[in-house]
Formats: sequence, C-alpha cells, structure tokens
Amino acid sequence: MNIFGIKIPMMASLLIWAVVWEIVGQLELSILLPPFSHIIIRLFEIVPTATFFSAFWITAKCFLIGTGIAIIVGIPVGVLMGRSIVIDRMLLPWVNMFLSAPLTALVPVLMTLFGFGTKTIILTTVLFAVWIIVLDARAGVKNITPSLIEMTKSFQANFWQAFTMVYVWAALPEILAGIRLGCIRSVKGVIIGQLLVSVVGFGRLFELYSANFLMEHMWALLFVLFFFAFLIAEGLGILERKFEYYAASRG
Amino acid sequence: MSTFFKHPLTLRLLSVLIAAGFWEYLGRIPISPAFPTFLQTMSALGGMLADGSMVSVYPATFQPLLIGLIISSVFGIFCGVLMGLNVKAEWFGAPLFIVLQSAPLAALIPLLTFAYGIGLTSKILTVCIMATPVIVLNAYSAVRHTPTSMIEMGQSYLGSNLQIIMKIIIPAASPVIYAGLRLGAAMGFIGAILAELLITPTGIGDLITYNQSIAEYDKMYAAIFSIMAFAVLFIEILERTEYMFFRPDKRVTQ
Amino acid sequence: MSALAEAVPVENPEIAVSVNDVTKIYPGGVEALNDMTIQFPKGELTSLLGPSGCGKTTLLKIIAGLLKPTSGTVTVNGIPVTGPGRERAFVFQDFALMPWASVLRNAAFGLELQGVAKSERHAIAEKYIEAVGLKGYENLYPHELSGGMRQRVGLARALAVNAEVLLMDEPFSAVDEQTRRKFQEDLLQVVADEQKTFIFVTHSIEEAVYVSQSIALLLPRPSRVSEIIRPDIRRDISPDAIRRDPVYLDIVERIWQGLRTYVE
Repeated sequence: MNIFGIKIPMMASLLIWAVVWEIVGQLELSILLPPFSHIIIRLFEIVPTATFFSAFWITAKCFLIGTGIAIIVGIPVGVLMGRSIVIDRMLLPWVNMFLSAPLTALVPVLMTLFGFGTKTIILTTVLFAVWIIVLDARAGVKNITPSLIEMTKSFQANFWQAFTMVYVWAALPEILAGIRLGCIRSVKGVIIGQLLVSVVGFGRLFELYSANFLMEHMWALLFVLFFFAFLIAEGLGILERKFEYYAASRG
Repeated sequence: MSTFFKHPLTLRLLSVLIAAGFWEYLGRIPISPAFPTFLQTMSALGGMLADGSMVSVYPATFQPLLIGLIISSVFGIFCGVLMGLNVKAEWFGAPLFIVLQSAPLAALIPLLTFAYGIGLTSKILTVCIMATPVIVLNAYSAVRHTPTSMIEMGQSYLGSNLQIIMKIIIPAASPVIYAGLRLGAAMGFIGAILAELLITPTGIGDLITYNQSIAEYDKMYAAIFSIMAFAVLFIEILERTEYMFFRPDKRVTQ
Repeated sequence: MSALAEAVPVENPEIAVSVNDVTKIYPGGVEALNDMTIQFPKGELTSLLGPSGCGKTTLLKIIAGLLKPTSGTVTVNGIPVTGPGRERAFVFQDFALMPWASVLRNAAFGLELQGVAKSERHAIAEKYIEAVGLKGYENLYPHELSGGMRQRVGLARALAVNAEVLLMDEPFSAVDEQTRRKFQEDLLQVVADEQKTFIFVTHSIEEAVYVSQSIALLLPRPSRVSEIIRPDIRRDISPDAIRRDPVYLDIVERIWQGLRTYVE
C-alpha cells in the first residue's frame, strides 16, 4: 500500500494490530487479551529459563524427526505414484482420505500403542505432514514434460538414475511446495500431539500455565511458537521461489 | 484381462482388501493388546450402529462443528474477498492471516477454555480458529488472481463494479474458494475432535476416550473409524455442491 | 513498381478513431508510447503491426479505455474517450471466455451486462453465433471447444453488442496455423458484411497484409508510427490466389525489410 507516495511494506500492518491489542488489553475488555507490552516483557522473562529451553528442545526434536520421516517416506512414495498407474490408483484414495480426515482422532490410538511420550508426538507429526508431501511429489512428477521422461528413457537410464537425476529435480518446485505445506502441518501436529499427551514439552507448560491462570505466560509461549512457525513457512517459501524456474520449461 | 486389473475400481477394491487384510494380520499377531483386529472393529461398529449408541453421540459432535464451520465460512469468505478486492483491506488483513495460517492455533485451546469455560462456546471457537485462516487465504488469493483479461473483458463491456464482482470475479474464484472450504472443513473436524478430547469429553470424543478408559479397544477403534469415514464423506459432499451450484461446465462433463 | 506507388490516397476518409499525441508511461518509468498520433478511417480494417515492445497492445487498450494515457487524447467519432464505451467492443488475445458459462451465455454476456432481457439477448447472440459458424454449439462450454472455436465465441460476443468499433488484440495468436488462415478469410467476410471499423493488433506481417485495408507500422524505442501502408491487393480473386499475388508478396517483403533490424 502507498501512503503519501511512500510504499509501506505489507508486514508493517502487524504493528497496527499490536497497537490495537495493547489498547484492548489496557482497557481490560477481555481476560483473554492481556496488554501486548506485558506479554513481551513476560516473553523475555520465560525464554531464558531452563524449563522453557527443555520444552523447546523436545518440541524441536519431535518436529525435526517427524518432518524428516515424512519427507524421506513421502517423496519416494509420491514419485512412485506419479510414475506407476497401478500404485497410483491403489494409494491415491488413501492419501486423499488421510489428507482430509480428522487426524486428531487417531492420536488416542497412538497413545495406547506408543505411550505418553515423544514417540507418540513424533508419529502425530508424521501423520500430519506426510500426506501433502506425497500428493505434491506425485503432482510434480505428473507435471514433468513428457519429452523429458522420453529423453531419460532414450538414454537408457535405470529407475534409480531416473529417480535421482531427473524426476526429483524436474518435480522439485512441487516437492518443495509439498515440504513447505508439510512443515506448516507438522508444526500443527507437533503442538496438537503435545496438547493431547500433555506431560512433556510445551504440552506440560500449557497445563502448568492454564492450571495457574497465567494468561501472560501462555501468550508469551504462543508468540514464540507463532514466530518460529512463521519463520519456517516463510523460509521455505523463499527456497521454493528460488527453484521455481525448474518448472519453467513446461509448456 | 490386463485392462480389468488396471481398472481404477478393481485396484481401489484391491487396495482396500490389502489394507483390511494387513490390519487383520497385525491384530492377530497381536502387535499390542490394545490393537483389535479389523473384523473385531467392524463387528463393534455394527453393534454400536445397531444399538444406537453411536448415532446418538453424533449430534453433540456436530453442533459445535456445524456452527463453527458456518461462522468461519461466512466470515472467512467475506474477509478474503474483501482483501482480494481492496488494497487497503489487503494491506491490513493479509499479513495477519498469513501468520495465523502458519501458526499452530490449536495452542490457543487452553486459553479459550480458560476464558469461556468448558461449554459449547469454547468448542465452537476451537473449530473457528482452526478453519478460518485457510478459508480466508484461499478466498483472498483466488480473488486476487482473477485473470486480468477476464476483468478487462467485464470493463470493456461496461459491467458495473458490482456486476464484475458477482458475474466474473466470484465465479472465477469459486474453485479455489471451495478448495479453501474443503480444507477449512477438514481443519474444523480436527478442531472439533481435538476440543472433545481436550476440553470436555462429549460426542464422538467421549465415545473414544470412554472406551479407551475401560479398555474396550474394538469400540474405541470403531468410533474413530466412523468419524474418519464421516469426515471424508462430508467433504466429498461439499465438493459435489460446488459442481451443482457454481460450475455447470464441470457438471456436464462428469 | 512498388506497392506504395499503387496505393491510392483516399479522399478525406471519415475518421472513426483518432489518437492525438498519446504518451503512456507505466508506473516504474517504462515508456510504452511516446507522443503517438494516428487516425483510423471509418468502415475499414486497420492493422497495428510491429515487433514486440512497440506498444501496439498498449495503444489498443488505451483506445478501449482499459488504460489511461499519461497524456494526450483519444476520440471516437469526435467524442473523447474517458473509459470503456458501448461504441467499442474488445476481442481478447486469450479469448477471456468464462469457463463456467455456455457458448450462448458467453456470446450474450456483453448484452447481459447492459441489462438486456434474457430472451432478447439470447436471440441476438444466437444470430451472431450462427454468423461466426458455431450454430449447434450454443450449449457447449469453452473447454469443449478448440482454440479457434473459442475465439469465434469471442468474436460473436463483440459483434452481439453491435459496437461501431471492434478492437482485436492479436486475436489469432493462440490459434494454430491452419485454423488461423480460415479465420482470416472469414474475418474478411465479416469486415465486408458489417459496416464497422476494425482495429487489429498483430505481429504477423502476412496476416496484416492479407486482412487489412491499411497497416500502421509501429516501431519501438521510441515507439512511433513509422509509416502507414495501404496494401492495395485485389480482393476479387480467391484467397489462395491472393497469397500468391506478387503485389501481396512484395508488400510482405518490403515490410519485413523495414522491420528486420528491430528483431533480436
């Protein structure tokens, strides 16, 4: 937007929202919204503590392992589906189903099978992330120009060569989009998992704060989470735009 | 013969059979005492459907879900379309929803419970915070990316702003808006179940946690199976309504 | 003997569209048009021909009222253009058909926006759908048509509003070569039948020479009208004979010689 001929960056509007929040908080309109400034002060108070750090570390570990598994499993499955009609037709209904199914209903199952610990949280993360990664890798491979695939065949590449040298690269724009969306989902998964398990990581902190009515602490925690979630999403978005030209040769 | 084996329906049936068989096998090993077989789960499902214990819990799950989805859809589409049409609204709103879209908003649930108690309001709001961002952002980007030539066409044939919005921009955006509604509905289901597991056990969430607590795992699995099947069906129906109301071109070729 | 010498100047032709000293600078400083002046005689097809970057589409959109010139004026029948108007209809390069609307609704859409009653606008649209050779396709949807047929719907839509001036922005560029030739022949028929002024943007020399009564040759950097050519080729012979006519070929060659230095 332009004001008096000066281009104001989009993200600047977040500052206005912060000011509105501060005013609402100062007027004590809702117990849900303590003043913005108090939350920021609280944030600097709790972030250096050991409890926070260990909770953050558990969350980061679960997120990284879960997303890693989802990527390592998701991309090859997606590429296979893109290349083989039989596999595609057998797996696609499941992928679509899990993409729109309420995965939270499965977390109790994971808890009964794997206990109330990081294992369940990691698996929840995988469940949230993997389907979109599969679907996008599949779409990417399906979008590869036919002549590129024919070129690969005409030079007698075996499947492994074709997979590592052509398919993954030619489908990279979609694969990266899948990874980005997968990461956004796995951030949600890792938090939902912790909320339901509620004895480790941030889940335990949430319990602690809400049991003691510490609204400012809760928001401070949320701000940290939102900040990292946004950072991950935007970072991957930038990466994705860098490789957009891999799809440029498609008609 | 090979065309029969490659037919989509054959393969779909085959994959369902393989999955069910695999489930049955895992249940019979058994991998865990808390893991019922496929057949046990299905018979529990049949029993719960027959004695009405399953059907009776659905209204409780559905109430916050539907109210929440309706609020999120109306509010979300309105905000999204407004942001797509108006530069000021875009500048003001888009960053907020971009942040909210990537944020794990489920973490707000303890706050909502804290502020609004354990009743219906908290559950409706849970559905709303999960569903709204994706609906807003889809509507926004769909409207924002209406093909320029289509809008120029409306202008050159002297369409009023209202005509261009109603006859060109909204129908052109409708597939992506609908995609947002589908994603929003999926997130809404996630939120509704999460609320039932986290805030107070009611509806299908109660059925899951209760049967879990008394170790009736076949019934627990049956409840989970039913809500997942139900969600998929619900979203499928939503998709059909789009073809019916907005895109006659897709309906004809179906 | 050159083609130009054969060209007979028309005595005071009536002017339909007049572009006076139009300059267009896009936000960011790109100068698309620089002090352009050009006139389009009534009832004729005038081509705007030139290499990419010469501002021909910009000029057409300014005439259509879709873009505002930075300075200068455009008048249609002596009345200054301030925006789109009923006396002008636009044919789009990418057809700009609504995928969710049938051929009939697409063709009648200009009238629908004017508030013409349904039965009336459908009757008019049907007439023009038939005129462009799509009778029987009324209830199909754009994705069921070939590119050439889609552009015929775009043309029917433009004809249906009965505008005096038709603005065509590279209408055949997204159409394959064979279809394109047939389309050009049909266009000549439409020009003969309808007493309308056509302004036709193209980057194909052959197309411009074949369909136009006059060609405005536009050159880039700075964009300007380099010359107006009236390809006085015979119209009483068959289309194939025209394409082999030495006069036709000479004009094509001469324009190419003028343009070749501007092609990268």
